[in-house]
Amino acid sequence: MSPVFAAAALHYRYPGSQAAAVNDVTLKIESGSFTALIGPNGSGKSTLLKLLVGALRPESGTASYQGRDSVSWDRRELARAVGVVPQLEEMLFPFTVRELVGMGRYPHLGSWQNEREQDRAAIDRALQRCDVSSLADRTLQMLSGGERQRVRIARALAQEPTVLVLDEPTAALDVGHEMALFELLAELRRHDGATILAATHNVNLAARYASSMVLLSEGSAVVSGTPDEVLQRDRIEEVYQWPVLVTRHPGPGPDTGAPQIVTLAGDGTTPT
Amino acid sequence: MILRARSVGLILLVWLALVALLLSVAFGAANLPISTVLDVVLGGGEPTERTIVLELRMPRAVLGLVSGGSLAVSGAVFQALLRNPLAEPYVLGISGGAAVGAVAVIVLGVATGLVPVGALLGALVAIGLVLRIATQTGRGLDTRVLLLAGVIASAFFQAIILVLLTLADVESFRSAVFWMMGSLASATWTDATMLGLYVAPSIVVLLALARPLNLLATGEETAQHLGLNVQRTKLVAFLVASLLVAASVAVCGVIGFIGLVIPHAIRMIWGVDHRFLLPASFIGGGAFLLLADTGARTVAAPAELPIGVITALIGVPIFVVLLRRRIA
Repeated sequence: MSPVFAAAALHYRYPGSQAAAVNDVTLKIESGSFTALIGPNGSGKSTLLKLLVGALRPESGTASYQGRDSVSWDRRELARAVGVVPQLEEMLFPFTVRELVGMGRYPHLGSWQNEREQDRAAIDRALQRCDVSSLADRTLQMLSGGERQRVRIARALAQEPTVLVLDEPTAALDVGHEMALFELLAELRRHDGATILAATHNVNLAARYASSMVLLSEGSAVVSGTPDEVLQRDRIEEVYQWPVLVTRHPGPGPDTGAPQIVTLAGDGTTPT
Repeated sequence: MILRARSVGLILLVWLALVALLLSVAFGAANLPISTVLDVVLGGGEPTERTIVLELRMPRAVLGLVSGGSLAVSGAVFQALLRNPLAEPYVLGISGGAAVGAVAVIVLGVATGLVPVGALLGALVAIGLVLRIATQTGRGLDTRVLLLAGVIASAFFQAIILVLLTLADVESFRSAVFWMMGSLASATWTDATMLGLYVAPSIVVLLALARPLNLLATGEETAQHLGLNVQRTKLVAFLVASLLVAASVAVCGVIGFIGLVIPHAIRMIWGVDHRFLLPASFIGGGAFLLLADTGARTVAAPAELPIGVITALIGVPIFVVLLRRRIA
């Protein structure tokens, strides 16, 4: 079975920029996996995601979805299978939550087609899963940052995708909602067989929920593998430029023993 | 609140447009009772009444309805496309280009009948110009550049208009200024029919773009992830909305305010979904322009006020009330 996403010698540089944002990345995202993309700010996580979903055209190398160049996919066809929650979004007009989540049905509907029963059901299900049903008639401007993020994830779920790509999905969320989101992603994978690909700064949550991790540094994939393979002390210290220890999650819970990073306090001098 | 229901809203707006149509046909230099107007429409009435209603006022009313609707719809489209709530149909320099064409025809003393042709050509030049400036090979249409290009083009056209006006004699100066203030006065059935035939398919295309415009309002990146062909949508929306404005300007001159205010008013009352906003703006914009034109013809009769004066004088207070209510 071919991988969901694949990158081969992938290379991308933003116009006018000297350094490559993504530099010679080769990787595979297997069907049904939960892959966490980690790495410092500016390491190329967002750019790599955009290349994989065909939002950017590679400078050289290939990025493909289901064995076909990602940029060559018809956007509607791709959107029926791949839901993307980008990092930033500036909403121009005060749409209601229901209208916004309803936009997830766009790739399933013709220009003149009204929402069908199955579309309304998909919207309701997405609202429920992200715990925003009670907000359905509010406008986005009335919501907190965390609620907005859950609405955007609900919109991606309304697409009924088999692959979900998220860029820093928990950046604006409190601890409880962050846990709820990772639980939701894990459940989508377990229950619906969805493939999850998420860029995140929360290395420890990623290590508990993801089946595989990719560590990026300065545009290159330093290492990929299981959380245990990726979270090696010397590697993490080098990439993040900060002293750490690697411990185990104390439990209880199904993820007892997952590798966890503990950062050490500085001694008042610049760390090496 | 029941008035907020969109189905009720559409019915209300259609009624408003019908009332505006009746008033517009009934009032003027000679006021006709509504019953007479209805008589004539149903095939009765005196010959003079028939001429006034069917040959003089009806084409003007239809033209106003279609033109006001076009301006409001294109305003709504530009606001979404340019991601700017201050955008209006003339922001991209289309009116400036049209004015250069129209004023040139007037000042150079070419046949008066060619004024709309000059205006249309000027508008098309403006559209081509800003499109050329804002399109980069390989990256498509950049709407931020488009907005700036429009502002710059407007300034350029203004300068040319001033040069032409400086060179004009008193009589052409006067007609040029009056043209730029916008008017439905010269309306004929030919104007109304031609504009209508042109506007109908354009509106259908824009209505088909309602959902894509909703997506575009969430940002180009998100819209693409939701399955939208962003480049094609932007290009089609820009071209069709621009051509609507060009046609309206060519026939009626520059009528301000409708394209800015009507879409915002509709959004404030009934929400921002383009599937409702676009048809509602068309009907609302048409009704509003008709009422403004009726006012322009009657308040200082027999003199006719510039229609833009009335659209601003009525529109601003209504808009302020809506804004205040929204804040509260």
